[in-house]
Amino acid sequence: MAVVERDVRPSDAAAGTSRPAARWFLSVGGIDWLTKAWWTCLSVGLFAGLWELLWAVGWADPQLLPPPHIFLSDFGEQGKFFNTATRWQVGQSMGEGPSAFESVMITVAATTMRVFVGLVIACVLAISVGVAVRYWHVIDKLVLPTVTLLSPVSPIAWLPVAIFLFGIGNAPAIFMVVVALFFHMVLATIAQIDSVSPNLINVARTMGASKHQIYGRVIVPAILPGMLQVLRMNLFGAWMVVLVAESTGVGYGMGQVIMLARNTFNPSLVFFTIAVVGVLGFGFDWLLRLAQRRILYWLPDTQEKLRGL
Amino acid sequence: MAFDAPHFSSRTAVVCRGAGKTWAAGTKRAHEALRDVDLDIAPGEFVVFLGPSGCGKSTLLYLIAGLEDATDGAIWSFGDKVETPSPQRSLIFQETSLFPWLTVWQNVSFGLAIRGASQAERRRVAAEALQRVGLKAAMDKRPDELSGGMRQRVAVARALAMRPKVLLMDEPFAALDVQTRARMQDFLLDVWRDSGASVLFVTHHIDEAVALADRVVVFTARPGRIKTIVPIDLPRPRNLFSREAEALRIQLTDLLRDEVDRAFAEQEAMTA
Repeated sequence: MAVVERDVRPSDAAAGTSRPAARWFLSVGGIDWLTKAWWTCLSVGLFAGLWELLWAVGWADPQLLPPPHIFLSDFGEQGKFFNTATRWQVGQSMGEGPSAFESVMITVAATTMRVFVGLVIACVLAISVGVAVRYWHVIDKLVLPTVTLLSPVSPIAWLPVAIFLFGIGNAPAIFMVVVALFFHMVLATIAQIDSVSPNLINVARTMGASKHQIYGRVIVPAILPGMLQVLRMNLFGAWMVVLVAESTGVGYGMGQVIMLARNTFNPSLVFFTIAVVGVLGFGFDWLLRLAQRRILYWLPDTQEKLRGL
Repeated sequence: MAFDAPHFSSRTAVVCRGAGKTWAAGTKRAHEALRDVDLDIAPGEFVVFLGPSGCGKSTLLYLIAGLEDATDGAIWSFGDKVETPSPQRSLIFQETSLFPWLTVWQNVSFGLAIRGASQAERRRVAAEALQRVGLKAAMDKRPDELSGGMRQRVAVARALAMRPKVLLMDEPFAALDVQTRARMQDFLLDVWRDSGASVLFVTHHIDEAVALADRVVVFTARPGRIKTIVPIDLPRPRNLFSREAEALRIQLTDLLRDEVDRAFAEQEAMTA
């Protein structure tokens, strides 16, 4: 219903007469998008403003809690620290190697790649295992106790295991992301399968669907909305654990930068890295929500209903 | 008892002999939902199961559908013993059971997709079935764009697309408002006449039973047994305000009241 109302809003009607580009922009929900962006900026701005205020009145010590205008100001200086791979090599002077901007981009790309690959592997494995647990009773009996047993183990405990198994480099970092998400996602998949409406399954059964068809055509599409929600929650988990994982030798990586900042007592660098991680996580979440709306076109918008309360 | 050599015609739509169901049989939580049901349903007959809530009338429907196994006795349909679900016996539920991720026509032709029919074939059959329920225009809509009554009509179309010989309906109109329900009853009678299928219809509404049924099967409270079978010999289309209809409603109300009283007394004894 909200869509219909939006169409008759005067601003949109007026846009109908303006230039085609503007019309296209508004027709894809430009106003909506702008409003959202505005609120996001305001939200972050208020937080940063409060911090700046605390600094201005002298409550936040710039040596310990440098406000945004300090830790964001010297990008060139901060960016150099992101060159965690070649910085310490013998015979390398400070001026050589990638520039500050390049360093930041290489680091961001490296960490994002680890998160993304880890997330994809964890998802595919967890959904396969979760479905298999319900599909074959024997897998349920064989696998589920171990999965439940390993679920509460903290990623920190897996860190040495990752190093034992994979040494240093990308592999242990990706392993850490996978292992931190896998067990929870298996349990979440099973919970989703168990909550599929028995009516839907019974309808398929009365139409002569085989077990295989019931899983493929009913259960998997029925659990998709819940699974994407689970994935979104775990996305943040992946970003958290990747920093821990990268504290071991991985060449470029945000975790390396954090370790460096900790060891050299550099609060500005810590907050700068936190800001970068925040922006990346936010971006990932936005992309995922976009994908969610595409894939789950049939879901009604509950947000709209809650707004009317 | 030997049920392997049934003494009835293979043309009978549904035959129940001593059918019973105990949930969680053999455990502490075991409870008997249905006991010793003997029932014959003719092809093209409209039979309503009437009884208090939890009397096992829906359970019987599930047994006939083949979705649950009878723990006692046996059920046959057109001479075949009911052991698994079959497209010949379509079940329609109270709550909407449409697949929300499929369009209306894809929902209706779901059973054909299971059999591997081509897209053109599925669309043709879906269009035909939707025509019969008056919703051909809504073919490409999604279920969440339809009203409750329309969704149930789509569910009926989906059942009809399988060309069932028996339509099993578990309180299909219970979630609809009174006006929509009356319209849906007329609609169902039309569909029933066209399809020639037997309809087994579960309800706890006496009005609905009198409006629809050839015969009303009245169930006792837990465990569900057949208390009596009341034939409704009113000519169709029915005048539901006639004296005869009123008399039948009173008769059914009396029959049901005893069972509801008993069910209440039992529940109070349990909580006391």
